[in-house]
Amino acid sequence: MTQAHQAGPVLELGDVSKSFGAVTALRSASLSVDAGSIHALIGENGAGKSTLIKIVAGVHRRDGGTFRFQGADVDFTSTAESKGAGIAVIYQEPTLFPDLSVTENIFMGRQPLGRGRRIDYAAMYTEAEALFARLGVYIDPRRPARGLSIADQQIIEIAKAISLDAALLIMDEPTAALSGVEVERLFAVARSLRDEGRGLVFISHRFEEVFELCDTVTVMRDGSYVSTKKIADTTVDALVAEMVGREVADLFPKTVAEVGDVVLDVQGLSSVGVFRDVSFQVRAGEIVGLAGLVGAGRSEIARAVFGVDKYDEGSVELLGKKVPASNPRAAIKAGMAFVPEDRRKQGLVTEASVARNVAGVIRRGLTTAGLLTGRAENRAAAPWAGRLEVKTNALDMHATTMSGGNQQKVVIAKWLATEPKLLIIDEPTRGIDVGTKSEVHRLLSDLAGQGLAILMISSELPEVLGMADRVLVVCEGRITAEIAREDATPENVMFAATNAVTHTGSEVPA
Amino acid sequence: MSDTTLRPSAESPVARTLKTLLRSRELAVAIVLVLLIAVTTIKSDSFLFGATGWRDLLLTPSMLILLAVGQTCVIVTRNVDLSVGSTLGLTAYLTGRLFVDTSLPIIAVVLAGVLMGAVLGLVNGILVAFGRVPALVITLGTMYIYRGAFLTWAGSDRINASDMPAAFKDLGTESILGIPILTIVAVVVLVIVGYYLRTARGGRELYAIGSDPDAAELYGLKVTRRILAAFVLSGALAGLAGVVSAARFGTVSSSVGQGIELEAVAAAVIGGVAIFGGSGTVWGAALGAFLLVTINRALPVLGISDFWQQAVVGVLIVGAIVLDRVLVSRQERALIAAREHGPDTPSTGSGGGPALAPIVPGTPADHEPGHETGTTDPSDTEEVVR
Repeated sequence: MTQAHQAGPVLELGDVSKSFGAVTALRSASLSVDAGSIHALIGENGAGKSTLIKIVAGVHRRDGGTFRFQGADVDFTSTAESKGAGIAVIYQEPTLFPDLSVTENIFMGRQPLGRGRRIDYAAMYTEAEALFARLGVYIDPRRPARGLSIADQQIIEIAKAISLDAALLIMDEPTAALSGVEVERLFAVARSLRDEGRGLVFISHRFEEVFELCDTVTVMRDGSYVSTKKIADTTVDALVAEMVGREVADLFPKTVAEVGDVVLDVQGLSSVGVFRDVSFQVRAGEIVGLAGLVGAGRSEIARAVFGVDKYDEGSVELLGKKVPASNPRAAIKAGMAFVPEDRRKQGLVTEASVARNVAGVIRRGLTTAGLLTGRAENRAAAPWAGRLEVKTNALDMHATTMSGGNQQKVVIAKWLATEPKLLIIDEPTRGIDVGTKSEVHRLLSDLAGQGLAILMISSELPEVLGMADRVLVVCEGRITAEIAREDATPENVMFAATNAVTHTGSEVPA
Repeated sequence: MSDTTLRPSAESPVARTLKTLLRSRELAVAIVLVLLIAVTTIKSDSFLFGATGWRDLLLTPSMLILLAVGQTCVIVTRNVDLSVGSTLGLTAYLTGRLFVDTSLPIIAVVLAGVLMGAVLGLVNGILVAFGRVPALVITLGTMYIYRGAFLTWAGSDRINASDMPAAFKDLGTESILGIPILTIVAVVVLVIVGYYLRTARGGRELYAIGSDPDAAELYGLKVTRRILAAFVLSGALAGLAGVVSAARFGTVSSSVGQGIELEAVAAAVIGGVAIFGGSGTVWGAALGAFLLVTINRALPVLGISDFWQQAVVGVLIVGAIVLDRVLVSRQERALIAAREHGPDTPSTGSGGGPALAPIVPGTPADHEPGHETGTTDPSDTEEVVR
């Protein structure tokens, strides 16, 4: 490395801002990373960490602010430029080519060349093996990337980043899928890279890792810079206070509703390899939160209950009547509504008008002699959109131009038009501006107050704790805890959610 | 990371190569091809040993091999080129016209044909790479446009054998060491492209782009340029195929090359090129082309009716795709089953991990701090487990 132990910052970001349409991802983000240092970047979901990283990586371009790398002003327009300048990024989700070999994935675009500019496969395999040896793992360099566990994919990403010989290495939650031993190995590599004088940015939600590995920490909140401190000068409590910065109670106006009869009764639901022996009930007027880590099987359970996915054993009853398996149409008829996680992909025809979206699910009831008129659609949609306060100028406005919060309301409106008894909602506020999240929450709270049974899946702990009357925690396909609202704390929910985490990484042969 | 399947295999390079070869689609197609030729020859030995049997066997597929090679380069990038049949027709006609209207040397005419094909391919590539419109739609459109241009240009005109120089027509009939010249041309192209796709960065990047276009962008690969190049190559090879067609048949009518684009796609698919990109080789596609052409010639000899000839081709295509799906889903099922049994095996990752503890609903907030998975983080559970 040329700038071994060079003092001064490798990366300087000042007041960086970025918006995506109506959603502001970054307001004023700042970050200064020294050479020969490991810098932690923390903040809750939606704080803008990933967006900031993508600006550094050249995926997005900033709207405003300063961006200096190794002392020079830069403005990357592509990932190739950022890579060429000496920045390696490990993204939260591995980006590999499944059809190509592990080695090709590491060296794609910069394979070692032999005579006549042909790829020197032998040298490439040797180098890959050397990288794996340095990381202390055994992966056949010739096997395809398809079928690798997330942990192994992460290892490939790390090997790729190391082989780039970058001056700045950014790791966006690299340890999330790794086991203890693998994390230790990664840390050893990170420290050796630091001692070579490189700058590292480490994004993690695990405080003990931040305190163990990093020397400096920057906190972000709501797309803005909050503070930068030496690790030695701060504590977990101080960091948490800075990350949250507000009381959970202010955010989520859940009103207590009268809890009625059992609406949904799920008994012994199992699906091989996905979830096992899942039993729970949801009552009228109740919001049940399904918490757990991403990949624990929460969405899969919801999809099976609604009938999108198959299940092998168990039963689903709605209002005492059995709901047939893998038949979403029957589930809708029985009174279920399902707002999926990715509303752009699954819940909303973004190119269509609000009215058409809202009327979509009840179309059959609206047709006159088999024909569907725009007027009938508008007539059916108007009361629902009005009730949900969808702020659109007209029902004719296309859903794609609306903000995330309004889009979510349109999806909910769409389902309320079927007059459901049970609403299953997956990640109700994902991708929604922090400021408008509470509107969606108030809506859910109101609906529960009107006697709707709601099953809410959420990765955001404050949302679960603030909204749910009861929290079911899913871990590796099983419900590992059921916690009443009064007893639920971040600690006991997280504890149940991570109960079997030791196993990951060793349990997944590829 | 403790499972044995990830360890580098202890096999010798020879054994590994042999194993890969035995499992390859290329070998399967080659075996089917050899069987087909053998059965047909048993039925009628002139198929292989007749005066023109050997020559026709090798000569007939040369055109389709060229197209299939070009098509493969496009398909591995998760695109498709349906305009090659029209491109072939246009360049075949151009070849004839140049002989009629000018006295250019043969080599110049051949190059003009290839160049024209490349230009037509460039148009496709620009529309696909910059227009961000699916290649299926773009090349379906240019297929009609190029065909229309051909019809307008040629009118009722047709190029006859007498219009072309004898030396050029000889290319279509002459052989070197018992191998027709046009076949040698096709094989040379095949070897060059096959070598490039395997050993050049640009070739490997075509596979990467088709395997995951988004990841390719994140890697900083020159996606636009590579896709453009693939279409130019496909067009140029279609142009060369047009010249080959003119040399071989001696005549060019306005229907030449009609429908051959689908045969080229079929050849690639039968040869193991994944229609969603990222995998497959030109070797497989060329064998697929050889098989397709030979089936069409062999089935009449075997006394099989027209209907069944078409159906057999269809069955081959569907069979190839079903086989691919079955193999992939079998792999996935094996993976799920392995994960299902995973937690029962002793874990090696216990170094810094939390000990397994019974679940206590409503555990008080003061339990051990500094828990491995971040009990102190109240706001964020975005942690990806597997």
